Parts: sequence; C-alpha cells; structure tokens
Amino acid sequence: MVLTEGKVKELERTAEAIRETIIEMLMAAGSGHTAGPLGMADIFTAFYFHILRQDPKHPDWEERDRLFLSNGHIVPVRYAAMAHAGYFPIEECLTLRKFGSRLQGHPERMRLPGLESTSGPLGSGLSQAAGYAYGARMDNKNFRVYCIMSDGEQDAGNIWEAAMFAGNNKLSNLTAVMDRNNIQIDGMTEHVMPLENVRAKYEAFNWHVIEVDGHNMREFINAVEQAKAIFERPTLILAHTIPGKGIKEIEFDYTWHGKPPTQEEGQKFLKELRTLKGAITSEHE
Amino acid sequence: MLSPAQKLAPELLSKPTFAPTRDGFGRGLLELGEKDPRVVALCADLSESTRMLAFKEKYPERFIQVGVAEQNLATIASGLANYGKIPFIASYAAFSPGRNNEQIRTTISLNNVPVKIVGSHAGLSVGPDGATHQALEDIALMRVQPNMTVISPCDAEEARKATLAAAAHPGPVYIRLAREKTPVITTPDTPFQIGKAMELWQGTNPQVAVFVTGPLAHNALLAAQALASEISVTVINLHTIKPLDEAAVVSFAKQAGAVVTVEEHQVAGGLGSAVAEVLAQNYSVPMEFIGVHDRFGQSGGGAELWREYKLDVESIQAAIRTVFARKLT
Repeated sequence: MVLTEGKVKELERTAEAIRETIIEMLMAAGSGHTAGPLGMADIFTAFYFHILRQDPKHPDWEERDRLFLSNGHIVPVRYAAMAHAGYFPIEECLTLRKFGSRLQGHPERMRLPGLESTSGPLGSGLSQAAGYAYGARMDNKNFRVYCIMSDGEQDAGNIWEAAMFAGNNKLSNLTAVMDRNNIQIDGMTEHVMPLENVRAKYEAFNWHVIEVDGHNMREFINAVEQAKAIFERPTLILAHTIPGKGIKEIEFDYTWHGKPPTQEEGQKFLKELRTLKGAITSEHE
Repeated sequence: MLSPAQKLAPELLSKPTFAPTRDGFGRGLLELGEKDPRVVALCADLSESTRMLAFKEKYPERFIQVGVAEQNLATIASGLANYGKIPFIASYAAFSPGRNNEQIRTTISLNNVPVKIVGSHAGLSVGPDGATHQALEDIALMRVQPNMTVISPCDAEEARKATLAAAAHPGPVYIRLAREKTPVITTPDTPFQIGKAMELWQGTNPQVAVFVTGPLAHNALLAAQALASEISVTVINLHTIKPLDEAAVVSFAKQAGAVVTVEEHQVAGGLGSAVAEVLAQNYSVPMEFIGVHDRFGQSGGGAELWREYKLDVESIQAAIRTVFARKLT
C-alpha cells in the first residue's frame, strides 16, 4: 500500500484519537498503565490502520497477520486501536478492567477474539510468537508474525531463550518490535538493570536490527516493509519512544508507568490532546 | 484377586517383566508420529533420557530442540499449539513443570492451548541424582491449574496409552513419568480412559480401599496379596488425578469404609489430598496417606529410598492395618 503524505497525516490523527480513548478508558477503569499505552499509540495505529493483513469482522481469518503483545500491561492501546479499527464498538472500551468485560486488565485470548495470546507476566511473549512462527513455517504459511515487547522485560531470561531460538531457527517470518522507552516500574531501565547495547545483543543472536523513531509513522512502516525483505533471519525493530507521549507533563516520567490519571488529571490530559489534534488539523488544512 | 476385567499382565505378581514408564511414552510418541502429522516434539537437551530420541530420528522435521531452557520449552510449545500443532514437551519433572510453572500457568493453562507436558524422572526412584532431581511436588503444581488434565501412569504400557489419549484430548495435559524400570502391570488389552478409575485387585468383601497412582501400584498389589487372609482389600489405580473419578472414589470408599492412598509424591497436594477433598465432601472415612511427608529426597537406590520414605510394600501393609483398626474403633 502506497504511503502518501495524506495517509501519514491520517494515521497521525488516528493515533491522537486512540490516545484520547486510552485516557478515557483509564479514567473509567480507575487503574491501569498510562505511559506505555500512550507511547505505543503511533505504532499500534500503524499496525491496525496500515500494516496488518486483517479483517476486523472476522478476527479468526486464517490468512491474517498475527500480532502478539508480550508486555500485556499496555493492552489499553491495543483495545483502543482494535475498537477504532472496527473489531468491536468504541463504547466497549469503557468496560476495561470491569467485572464481566472482555477487556481484561491483561489480555486474554479466550475472552476477546483477535488478541492472539494471553499475556501479562513479562518475558514470555517473544517465545510464544516464535513458536507460532515456527509452526506456520512448517506448513508454508505466508502470513507474518509480529511481536510487540517492552525494553523492561528484556531483564527476563525467557526473552533471551526466545531470541536464541528465533535466531538459530532463522525465523524470517517473525518481526519483533521493542518499545524502547527507557522506563520500567522501579525507574529508568538503565538504573534498574542496564540493557547495555541491546542492538548488538540481538545482532549477536543472528537477528536483523533496525532502529527507528517510534513516533515517526513513515520510518516505522518502512522498517516493517524492510523486515519482509530480510531472509534467513528474524528482524527486531528497536523503536525509540517517549513514555506518556502526547501529554507534555508526563512524558519521560517513569512514575506514570503503572498508574491511571485521576478524573481531574484526565480532563486536563484530554483537553491537551484535543488541542493538539486541532493544531495538527489546522496545519494540514 | 487380580481383577479379570482389566486383562492384566500374566504372572505380574510372581514374575513381572520390567520397563520404565518413560519407555512407554517413547513408544506412544512414535505411534503418534505415524498417526497424526500435527504432533511435534520439543525437548530441552534431554531427548535420550526422556525417550524422545526415536521420534527425533524418525521425524526430524517435527522435532524441535530448545536447549537447556525449560521456560522457552513451555512458551515455544504454547505458540505452536496456538497455531494448530499438538506439541509434546519433555524434560525432567523437577524442571518442567518445576522451573517453568508460571509459563505453563499463563501461556498454556489460562491460554487453554493443547500442549502435552511430559515430566520424566518424577519421584524418589530417580535415585542417585538426589533431591534436586527428584520431583515430589509436580502433581500438586499441575492439578491446581484450571483446564489442566493430570495423568500418572502405573506402568510403561499405561504410559503408552496415556500418550495416545493425551494427543486426542483437546486441552493441556500433564503426564508424569519415572526413570526406573518398574513392573509392567497392564497389557495392550487393558482398558484405559482419561478420568476413569481402574480396579486392579478385588477384595471379596472389601474392608479397605487402596487408591494408588504411578508405579507404586505394584507395591500396593503386593501388599493386598500379602494381607489377603487377614484383611480384604480393593486396589484402585487412579492414573488420572485430574479430573478425578469422583463417583468411583466415593463408591469404593463407601463399600470398604476405610481408605489408604499411595503415591510417590508429597502427601500435601497430591493424590491423597485429591481423594481426601472428595471424601471430606461426600463420604468421610478413616484415611491413611502413603507418600512423602514434607521432606526432600536424597541420593540412594530406588528401593532403598522407597523403604526410607515408607513407600515400600511393608509400609503399605502397615497403613492398611492401621486404617482398618481405626475403622473398628
């Protein structure tokens, strides 16, 4: 699909709408994570509105691309993106974390079609995606398998077991995206447990690594396209993002990793997002 | 007497043949390779001792090596099962489901995908390797997970059948195996059904019901035989610990009025606990528990350790006598 300037602008506007939904969801839920979902709004928009081969009305469609989310706690951004893409009504987003909701606090495959996996405990999503990609390759399936993961969960040994496995097995149908936002619950990633040169680590395990600005639609989408052309290796897109992106006062602030905005903060954030959206629109016009 | 309906091995009490339960798994897996192209086998650097080797050699394209990485073993298999394969994962029970318990919980049980977890070298009978390698808590770990089926075969033949049945079962399954050669009790003609209790020894007018799981079934049979002129005993093989055949457990307990459970596992959380949970709710009777009582294992020979931890024939006889006496008072 050709990525025109107009399309890029449209994706950016969609991402802003998704950010608004995220804030509304978290306000309604009264608990949940804020920084990660906001930081990943652009990438989820790119997936659900441009990259994925999908049919929101038939989430079990055999030939669909598979999008795995390893760090399940940022799932509000996925729910919001899915709702905006037409998987379910946007109003349902406000049931997040509530009793009886399909939108569990951490994603559960058996509850909501289209989630692909159950996740939350960190470090085990990459291997689930790798196992899936391995099975699909055995049967010569040509859909792509994507896995979004966080930088904080790179602390987990299971991630490196998966990285070795995917590299060793040359899983070129697998593209992983690391949300490199430099925060985790207890602080900055480089203070909690330094990742050092994470790019070199993946390269050492036979991965192709592309570094991008995770808020630049065109750059990210181009990286995903490039990954399709890499044979004999899985690809890691190291996406540098800003936690809390879109709300100036919380950007880069790790204390927003695991808390929702209060009603008052939420109203302020929504106002900020709506103003920003207005600015983008007027600039475009 | 031995139950004729079960078509058990001839001379199983006087001159049994011996085979490890892990061998039965290896044969079952090989049969499945032929039968079902969806079956794949994953191993964490233990393909020979878990008896995956024959499958690996015959179906190399369906064998997946993950290295010494049990968390990956479970999660790669979760992805394969999610895609549509039927993965069998094998390691020592101390490591899988020991080390990778959370991965099994989240990505297999909660995710409800049909991964078949094979924990070999369970129990004290691993012997010389010592406590680190003697899994005594795996039944407890697995039976508390919703969606999980738990099977502990009594011999190699039953392990073969359990392997075939696990592949045909739609959800996740745990199969517990042992390293040591133990008597072969059943034959290919012996019926096997997941969740169905199997009476191995019939008492004429049963006074004590012995529920047993795993290869200790042979010790339970020898104990029943030795006591035949003194106490009438029924021996029931509960190869499936979850779902437990509750109707059979209650019915045998009612009939006998006293119960002994026998397992090569911690008494806390294992077969004994499962039986006690059912009987406490439905029909309370005096119970004695043969199993490991809150201790770790240690190095030694299998038989030697069974004696030390009171899993031997004499200890089972003593438990039967004790529970019988309790019933009368």
